[in-house]
Amino acid sequence: MTESNKLPSGRTRIESLEMRGITKRFPGVLANDRVDFDVRAGEVHALLGENGAGKSTLMKILYGLYRPDEGEILVNGKAVHIASPTDAIRLGIGMIHQHFMLVPTMTVAENVALGLPSSRGALTDLDHVSKRIIELADIYGLKIDPSAYVWQLSVGQQQRVEIIKALYRGAALLILDEPTAVLTPQEVDELFAIMRQMVKDGHALIFISHKLHEVVEISHRVTVLRDGRKIGTRPTSETTKQDLANWMVGREVGFAPERGETIPGMVRLQLENVHCGSDRGTPGLRGVSLEVRSGEILGIAGVSGNGQRELAETITGLRKITSGHIRLEGQEVANFPPAELTERMLSYIPEERMRDGMIKDFTVAENLILREHHKRPFSQNGFLNLRSIANHADQLIKTYRVKTPSRDTLAKNLSGGNIQKMVLARELSRKPRVIVAAQPTRGLDIGATEYVRAQLLQQRKQGAAILLISEDLDEILALSDRIAVIYEGRIMDILPRDEATPEKLGLLMAGVHPEEGAPVVK
Amino acid sequence: MISDLFSVTVLIGILASGIRLATPYLYAAIGETFSQKSGVLNLGVEGQMLLGAFAAFYVSLNTGSLWLGLLTAMLVGALMGLAMAYVTVNLQAQQGISGIGFYLFGLGMSDLLFQRLMGTVETVRGFPKIYIPFLSDIPGIGEIFFSQNILVYGAYLLVPLAWFVLNKTTLGLKIRAVGENPDAADSLGVNVGRIRYFTIILGGTLSGIAGASLSIALLNVFQQNMTSGQGFIAVALVYFGAWRPAGVLGGALLFSMVNSLQLWMQVKSVPIPSDIAVMLPYVLTILVLVATVSKVRAPSALTKPFEREN
Repeated sequence: MTESNKLPSGRTRIESLEMRGITKRFPGVLANDRVDFDVRAGEVHALLGENGAGKSTLMKILYGLYRPDEGEILVNGKAVHIASPTDAIRLGIGMIHQHFMLVPTMTVAENVALGLPSSRGALTDLDHVSKRIIELADIYGLKIDPSAYVWQLSVGQQQRVEIIKALYRGAALLILDEPTAVLTPQEVDELFAIMRQMVKDGHALIFISHKLHEVVEISHRVTVLRDGRKIGTRPTSETTKQDLANWMVGREVGFAPERGETIPGMVRLQLENVHCGSDRGTPGLRGVSLEVRSGEILGIAGVSGNGQRELAETITGLRKITSGHIRLEGQEVANFPPAELTERMLSYIPEERMRDGMIKDFTVAENLILREHHKRPFSQNGFLNLRSIANHADQLIKTYRVKTPSRDTLAKNLSGGNIQKMVLARELSRKPRVIVAAQPTRGLDIGATEYVRAQLLQQRKQGAAILLISEDLDEILALSDRIAVIYEGRIMDILPRDEATPEKLGLLMAGVHPEEGAPVVK
Repeated sequence: MISDLFSVTVLIGILASGIRLATPYLYAAIGETFSQKSGVLNLGVEGQMLLGAFAAFYVSLNTGSLWLGLLTAMLVGALMGLAMAYVTVNLQAQQGISGIGFYLFGLGMSDLLFQRLMGTVETVRGFPKIYIPFLSDIPGIGEIFFSQNILVYGAYLLVPLAWFVLNKTTLGLKIRAVGENPDAADSLGVNVGRIRYFTIILGGTLSGIAGASLSIALLNVFQQNMTSGQGFIAVALVYFGAWRPAGVLGGALLFSMVNSLQLWMQVKSVPIPSDIAVMLPYVLTILVLVATVSKVRAPSALTKPFEREN
């Protein structure tokens, strides 16, 4: 670190930033309860907590998007007033939002220049901006083409544009709100390299996450929030993942769920040489055969984009197959409409839960009857029976521990974990005989993940046949009885759980047969 | 007869009036481009044009000053825009519905004022033709392009000007950002509401000019519902032109040429029922929109009111 108090961008460092006694109330919720938090130049301070613990609220206060009801903020020991993002930017605080604040139809340079005064008065000065972007990109090791359109960029590159945007505006302190949630593992490594460089140069970084291994890897100190309160702050080196998990959730957390033994019964789901197209016109599935028995979880492992989505969609009737057979309990159901499959007690936990698993502007109660709204007791002669819908909702909210102010709350206002619980409640409470679960814990926090996994195991115990599609190898290994690896639309191999090691699976996922050694010809 | 249509004189006539008739489309559609680029669908263009047309005509008739008439039309259009902006930005109304409301207001109000203040159809001497030195002497070309009135020239100058503002100025950058991702613009300190006020008022002003171009430059009369749907076609032209001024120009010319053709067909008594001929531009609107619209992407925030979360 240099002795000078200037950053490479030319901006003065923020030596220390302190939030004291921050309290924020929303109607019915105490989002932050007298929270203290501080960050210094040259460190990554991780802010850890479950969904709804108050991390984002605290940071939105720091960035001027919310006003605190109580408490104060000090920059370099002096109290400051932050009433808007403009104030925050002026103080040198930048924020990388979880949902990028970019205009896809504009270029990188245009996105950076937006809202800033131009050196050419009323005319844009994109050449000048581009030059400065390249300068900054060089200093911080961010490869970016200022003239590229944002829609052409990968998610990782878009995030870099966000970082450049903040640096361009002179950010000395950067808030990164769940920056890894949308990244591939390789992009996460690149982001961490950038973060390390920034810290070395004297920036202060706040890293919001609920992924423990990332917090342990990148942060110097970690603060844990739970239910709006600060649980504590510690140097990261003095904690373990287990400690942090227990702090976050407030109890002992088991990383490996108890599976219990079941005896697989009849074949409930069978695919035979299934072929289908994909959205890009290339073959999606190219001859998939597999079967799942009652009381069994078959895990589908694979790198994203190898046919997982098509597999889930063909079984659930959302995508037509071009040849092959799909059988439910021995009966051919290929290309049946979803309503018919619903009748045959097939349930689906979709990968895109916000898009395919719910209707955002419907209430929780309405979402809970989406599958069976046309049947008794929810409707009769075409009229909805509101009382039985309400009772049904109340019961499921209780049984599945969906945290919602009421059954009449719009589903979009729930947190991610609670939306998934709502989907589970709808799909699992009907005692399905076959369940297709696609990425059922992606983006969920520890508590919700644990809950979802326990529910799937419960269904297995009750005799459902479960197809678990997941890109999380730990999840596949923790839950599955047998593991199939999908690669380029084909099943490479199906291994019993005890024979499946991460190494073997990893090779198969890359298209290599461990015994044969040679990659499969495409 | 049909063969009469293909003499050189008639062809020049068709082209010259086609160029002229594109004028109201251009003003209205360029104005609409600005408001749609910022995320606001203004369906009230037709109403703004009608009131603009009346204001321009009435003031010109009574003061003898065409310029004062034009200015009044602009002011009336701007006021209509201001009202539309308030309803859209502050009250966050459904833009499709409120726009139809403004159309009906303009339609009814212009007729009421006409009945009350004038009662009979009168005529004014509109803006005279300006012959551009030398260029207007070129045979054919000169008559088609360089012997038009001031509002016609203005309409064509507006096209590159609009392109320049949208693509080369900080204001244009803000307008586009507000129409595509108002949250992003807001997070960078751009005042989304103010930008939309500006574009809607600008759109209203240009619609006012569009109306004036009919009543004091092209037809030189005012009568009830004289725009006969041109404001709505202007809205369609923005889609047709894929939100680009050059595209709008292409669309405006296409429609005005077809319109001009059908007018000449009537003049030359081509044996096609005039009802069918008059229908042509409208049928074309539908066909062209069906063929093109699905392929172009509208500004993402079009018709969506902006509200900062919480």
